[in-house]
Amino acid sequence: MYAFEYHKPSSVQDAVAALSDKEDPKIVAGGMTLLPTMKQRLASPSDLIDLGGLPELVGIREEGNSLVIGAMTTHAEVARNETVQARIPALAKLAGGIGDPQVRHRGTIGGSVANADPAADYPAALLGLGAAVITNQREIAADDFFVDLFETALEPSELITAVRFPIPQRAGYSKFPNPASRYAIVGVFVAQTDGGVRVAVTGAKGSVFRVTEMEQALASNFSPESVANIRVPADDMNSDIHASSEYRAHLVTVMAKRAVAAAEG
Amino acid sequence: MAETGIGASVRRKEDPRFLTGRGRYVDDINRPGQLHAYFLRSPVAHARLTSIDTSAAEQAPGVVAVFTGQDMAADNVGSLPCGWVVTDRHGEPHKAPPHYPLARDKVRYVGDHIAMVVAETRAQARDAVDLIDVDYEELPAIVDVRDAMTGSLVHDEAPSNLCFDWELGDQAAVNEAMGQAAHVVELDLVNNRLIPNAMEPRAAIGDYDPGTEAYTVYSTSQNPHLLRLILCAFVLNLPETKVRVIAPDVGGGFGSKIFAYAEETCCTWAAKKVGRPVKWTAGRDEAFVSDAHGRDHFTNVKLALDQEGKFLALKVDTTANLGAYLSSFSTCVPTYLYATLLAGQYATPAIYANVKGVFTTTAPVDAYRGAGRPEATYLIERIVEVAARKLGMDPAELRRKNFIQPDQFPYQTPVALTYDTGNYEPSLDLALQMIDYQGFAARRAESERRGKLRGIGFSAYIEACGIAPSAVVGALGAGVGLWESAQVRFNATGTVSVMTGAHSHGQGHETTFAQLVSEKLGIPYENVEVVHGDTGAIPMGMGTYGSRSLAVGGSAIVRACDKIVEKGRKIAAHLLEASVDDVEFKEGKFTVVGTDRSKTMAEVAFTAYVPHNYPEGVEPGLDETAFYDPLNFTYPAGVHIAEVEVDPDTGITTIMDWVAVDDFGRVLNPMIVEGQVHGGIAQGVGQALLENCVYDKESGQLITGSYMDYTMPRADDLPPFRVGMTTTECTHNPLGVKGCGEAGAIAAPPALINAITDAIGTEIDMPATPEKVWRVCQAQFVQAAE
Amino acid sequence: MLRVSMTINGKQATKEVEPRTLLVQFLREHLGLTGTHVGCDTSQCGACVVHVNGNSVKSCTLLAAQADGAEITTIEGLAQNGEMHPVQAAFREHHGLQCGFCTPGMVMSAVDLLKKNASPSETEIREWLEGNICRCTGYHNIVKAIQAAANEMRG
Repeated sequence: MYAFEYHKPSSVQDAVAALSDKEDPKIVAGGMTLLPTMKQRLASPSDLIDLGGLPELVGIREEGNSLVIGAMTTHAEVARNETVQARIPALAKLAGGIGDPQVRHRGTIGGSVANADPAADYPAALLGLGAAVITNQREIAADDFFVDLFETALEPSELITAVRFPIPQRAGYSKFPNPASRYAIVGVFVAQTDGGVRVAVTGAKGSVFRVTEMEQALASNFSPESVANIRVPADDMNSDIHASSEYRAHLVTVMAKRAVAAAEG
Repeated sequence: MAETGIGASVRRKEDPRFLTGRGRYVDDINRPGQLHAYFLRSPVAHARLTSIDTSAAEQAPGVVAVFTGQDMAADNVGSLPCGWVVTDRHGEPHKAPPHYPLARDKVRYVGDHIAMVVAETRAQARDAVDLIDVDYEELPAIVDVRDAMTGSLVHDEAPSNLCFDWELGDQAAVNEAMGQAAHVVELDLVNNRLIPNAMEPRAAIGDYDPGTEAYTVYSTSQNPHLLRLILCAFVLNLPETKVRVIAPDVGGGFGSKIFAYAEETCCTWAAKKVGRPVKWTAGRDEAFVSDAHGRDHFTNVKLALDQEGKFLALKVDTTANLGAYLSSFSTCVPTYLYATLLAGQYATPAIYANVKGVFTTTAPVDAYRGAGRPEATYLIERIVEVAARKLGMDPAELRRKNFIQPDQFPYQTPVALTYDTGNYEPSLDLALQMIDYQGFAARRAESERRGKLRGIGFSAYIEACGIAPSAVVGALGAGVGLWESAQVRFNATGTVSVMTGAHSHGQGHETTFAQLVSEKLGIPYENVEVVHGDTGAIPMGMGTYGSRSLAVGGSAIVRACDKIVEKGRKIAAHLLEASVDDVEFKEGKFTVVGTDRSKTMAEVAFTAYVPHNYPEGVEPGLDETAFYDPLNFTYPAGVHIAEVEVDPDTGITTIMDWVAVDDFGRVLNPMIVEGQVHGGIAQGVGQALLENCVYDKESGQLITGSYMDYTMPRADDLPPFRVGMTTTECTHNPLGVKGCGEAGAIAAPPALINAITDAIGTEIDMPATPEKVWRVCQAQFVQAAE
Repeated sequence: MLRVSMTINGKQATKEVEPRTLLVQFLREHLGLTGTHVGCDTSQCGACVVHVNGNSVKSCTLLAAQADGAEITTIEGLAQNGEMHPVQAAFREHHGLQCGFCTPGMVMSAVDLLKKNASPSETEIREWLEGNICRCTGYHNIVKAIQAAANEMRG
């Protein structure tokens, strides 16, 4: 790890100020991706701004027909939270399947979303549920938030404070994990919401994406069979030693089927 | 005595310290004034080094010294040797190009050592490595064993990248049998390359005392004496009296910690240069690129059978990847530890193997759990399964039909070895019963109803443990003897110190050897302390590998105990005023035969050190050393059966059941033996299903260089294992023991692949990853539709 | 340099460290608590698992600075009054360790599991151990040991 300066602000305002002041600052939330990256010397921020001193960013509350989850809420807290389990069980299940127990004790929803790893689980839930990312400046719809590989709509000095998830009628998540890293090779989140059916896929491409053909099929008949024969094109899918693009494309269909089955309960 | 003696599942002596965080591994040790080393490793697979500029690194904060290959050359530091010279089929010794600890002219794999920075802290050393400026004249990479002989030359000394072209067996007899056979089945097989991944990364500390001109080397070694021999005699040109090697608690080895590596050599050498201790601890990233890898064979195998399914001949053609340099024992692994096992458990009358060892621009390849024997077993048990399917025979029965029969022992195989003992059918029968073979059809039908494909796979393996005897292996090219030594020393108060040359890095020797000595000498188990891993404390040793510790090291302990008893009888006879011939030793007591007059072992030991009333001409003290050189290998054997379920939608294989029945001869501690079996199976499952070392064909970069891409078996990848035992005792060592450390890793891969190919109905190479399995299922689905 | 202060195994520790110091380095190099091991650099092997404020975490993926003010338990702090914790005792009784290198992390992880789930199924145990790699045991006896410890602790 290269040397850096460490800061632990005690307010969101201070955190944002530090973010604008420093030469090449990075926010550390749970640090589950950032710290290994820095240890491998693949990142060398001048300053680390630790959000660990901001309890106001932790917590889960129900607001009308949605759940608002603070950015510094850990995956473990989301997984075991009774409100999440009751309102969006698929989200609790997704959070409980991220990494391993130790990663879930440190990793946070804000950190995961801001990092926009193409193989992370949360982006599928945000896009699949039509969530909104709340920052110190604005709310950004998930559809606009995830731009590309590790790229989001966040401005340089913008800080995620929470994520707002509309409560769906039903939802399901199914993941095919990378056998080594346990990140998603393909993860599909399916939700039947007030705004219609949404199908979001993570792991398969540079960034999370929706499958409109599946959404339409499920809108008319919400059953695994509806998506069983819908093939997504393999052309722009990721390909690596664990899964070729063809295999990933195939898995999108299989995981979609299983996510729908999970949503049916 | 029964609860701690031979055959008892005694709980381990070493566990309390490991369980409370008080183990002492090399990285836990720090020497006063210690500096830290970090290595500049080649970022490219193959290149000439045209210049190395270390000046900026030398000026970096905390840096004490920067060394390159030229500095070592100037000090006449030698090449890391290969300890086994294989003579090829044209009578030529293998090509052994130099392997310098720091590269001198060329780098030959990603991770090859270019320079060493020594600094006050590890972070400073690492920071400074980035400041070394190297010009590389890049050359083509060559990573695939199948391309090696036509690729760019790794060493000028080895035309066609061929290290040796070696053979064993009767080629003419095999060809004749193949020509006349009713059936010949053939298979091309990949034995995938593996990265050992002991959980403790390698580490070393070199420490030099200018007063005594002596070095102390702390190393994560499976064989400290052997490391000392290599460092002294071959690389650093030092007397063995001036080097002490300490291998304290070592966190797993699996072969990868047998070898003498560049890093401990450099730390030892540099300690004198800088006048302070030098420590290096590998990061896992360094372990991936620089630990010796395992396996990596490509093989064509043919099996000839008669009308009834009797095996007539086996022909094997293998190309084995040796990597960029010859590691310490790399050449014997794909030759003498491989082709000599090709009879397996079968009475195949004619066998011939041709093995070509080739250089590539990859990390050196050497022994990894099983070392040659898993490769042999894999091809035998795969081709036998294929033959059974082709002939429409039950795979269990085809094996049974060809087993060497109990009355054939000692059995001379056509590939040099003589099996002393064995009885293979009882293991097969017990395994079939444990897995409920009769019920398989019903289980398969039940899986099918759930849309899953079920398969069952067999593996009837044999292995050769405790490589021996020295005279024979010497004639075949080994540069070392393969004995083991032990010192058994009574202390005056009746406790016993056992100094063994075997090294424990998970095997539990502190427990099993104490059980052995406790029973042999009739003293409480608690009173026995086993000392290992320190050339300063142990007279001599050859270390732990090839499942030899009990069969060879344990036998040396028995011999030393025998000497103790012999001497004790003389002392006891004197105390009892009897003739030595009339004194017998039993259960810790020396008794005058036919009387109740006796002396305990403790009394005799005390007398030996307080010899106030003592026999004339007998030396005081009760301290004996013995060396044991085995007469033969031992031959553990057994049958593993795996049952799997394949999900054709995803290609995921789930192991539904696993049965292992092994014959390890006499068992000292069943709990520890079963643990060895479990761990071995897990590594075998890893090879068959999950693990694969992948280098990029073009660039020669290691793609699977971390746990993000190299799939280690985890708890949720594995089932519980069911273990059974049968016993035929080894006939030539005093304990009747065989060896159990590698059996699981040898037996498991073919059992699993046979089960998967049974489920999906077609061939597949290791590792059977979900995508590979899915593709096969897809192809069959398409075929069926057409 | 940063001043960090935490409670480790019930004792207060305060040190000046470089900001880039990881918690595991703080424990091993600054406090000499070498029971916590480092087996990888990508946060996967779990040899470094300790408890921070009651939860198991990987101390190789946490800065000492981030743990400032925290309550830490390491493998050295698990036994009480010379008595091994039931999980430690069960690992010994059921031969849940061989080389001992992954063991501290494995035990700390298992203790956390049993705190959160007093009667885990075999599947739950195997899934919980996803972040702990063992190369020696094939996990069979580790699972057995955790089941036995769970029974013992339930009484």
